[in-house]
Amino acid sequence: MGNTDNQGPLWEVFIQTKPGAPYKHAGAVHAYDKEMAIENARDTYTRRHEGTAMWVVKSEDIVAVQPEDADAFFDPSDDKIYRHPTFYEIPDGVKHI
Amino acid sequence: MDDKLKNEDPELLKEFQAKIDAEVKIEPKDYMPEAYRQHLIRQISQHAHSEVIGMQPEGNWITRCPSIRAKKILMAKIQDEGGHGLYLYSAAETLGVSRDQYLKWLHEGKAKYASVFNYSALNWADIGAIGWLVDGAAIVNQVSLQRTSYGPYSRAMVKICKEESFHQRQGYEIMVHMAQGTPEQKEMAQDALNRWWYPSLMMFGPHDGDSPRSSLAMQWKIKRETNDELRQKFIDKTVPQAEFLGLTVPDENCKFNEATGHYDWTDINWDEFWASIKGYGPNNKRRMKHHQKVHAEGAWVREASIAYGKKKEKKEVA
Repeated sequence: MGNTDNQGPLWEVFIQTKPGAPYKHAGAVHAYDKEMAIENARDTYTRRHEGTAMWVVKSEDIVAVQPEDADAFFDPSDDKIYRHPTFYEIPDGVKHI
Repeated sequence: MDDKLKNEDPELLKEFQAKIDAEVKIEPKDYMPEAYRQHLIRQISQHAHSEVIGMQPEGNWITRCPSIRAKKILMAKIQDEGGHGLYLYSAAETLGVSRDQYLKWLHEGKAKYASVFNYSALNWADIGAIGWLVDGAAIVNQVSLQRTSYGPYSRAMVKICKEESFHQRQGYEIMVHMAQGTPEQKEMAQDALNRWWYPSLMMFGPHDGDSPRSSLAMQWKIKRETNDELRQKFIDKTVPQAEFLGLTVPDENCKFNEATGHYDWTDINWDEFWASIKGYGPNNKRRMKHHQKVHAEGAWVREASIAYGKKKEKKEVA
């Protein structure tokens, strides 16, 4: 494949729909640099004012848990049940806790 | 067992089907049978190519819109179609095939697009008919695909469906204006309906019995409803809309059937359908040539952009 077919690296797009809301993955765009990435992302994913803020990040820079490792990876949190409020016994009659 | 599954690990395959049955979405890095991946590569890229090729018949009308209002609307719609193509290419790329490769397959004739875009938009009423019927048929299909089992495809569909409704309504508005206009305008609207009705019905693909890949696609919930179910839904929705316009669909057998609760209709001319799929439709060559030409003419932009991107990267490092 010739170089002229290359559409640049892939960037993942995250949009915040309103101030205070979490950023949510919207999709991906191709672009050759950061400015172009954020402009392409705007034109592609926010033609109807879907966001008040946006992040783009090169896809290759994202570190992800592999699905086959997910069970073992997240396992340690399962045996720490004392992290949940329901673990604790509070005497009857105590209020607002 | 299906021949296409003989190389799959039976345990993994069982877990995979259990996830599908439990309505758990499949994500890009999850295990998936090779046949599932191949089906999605074919279906999502065909869907993406259709959005992009579909810009051509409408694009011809940008310079000939009857008003500035109509022109702004048409440009916004066509921009949306390009955007829809991009959402879909982005979803398709999660399957491990690059955008460049998808375009290459299109240019080599290995990938298809919806045959409906090989028909010509002959006059302004066609722009109305395309929005009303072609986008209308696409909506029926895409609403169903919002529930597809592949996560990225499903998310792209949700976003597309939100935007598609504007497309259909702007088309119907054009039809209303023309149907209520002069007798000549009404005649143009009827003529456009006559020419776009069957191509729109063809958009749902062959009958279920002639759709070889359908059963696995249903079992894996890539498709949630069959071609024939979706087509009937579209007919039932659309015929009353034609009646409201005072127009008639070009099918004398198209009547409401009290017993079935659906409209009866005369079957599609499948020879025409298959000819168009195989590349002998009215504009296949023109559509593909145009896409190849624009892609080739854009080569210098990509080359310059790569050089620019590299230069900036160096500066940032230094």
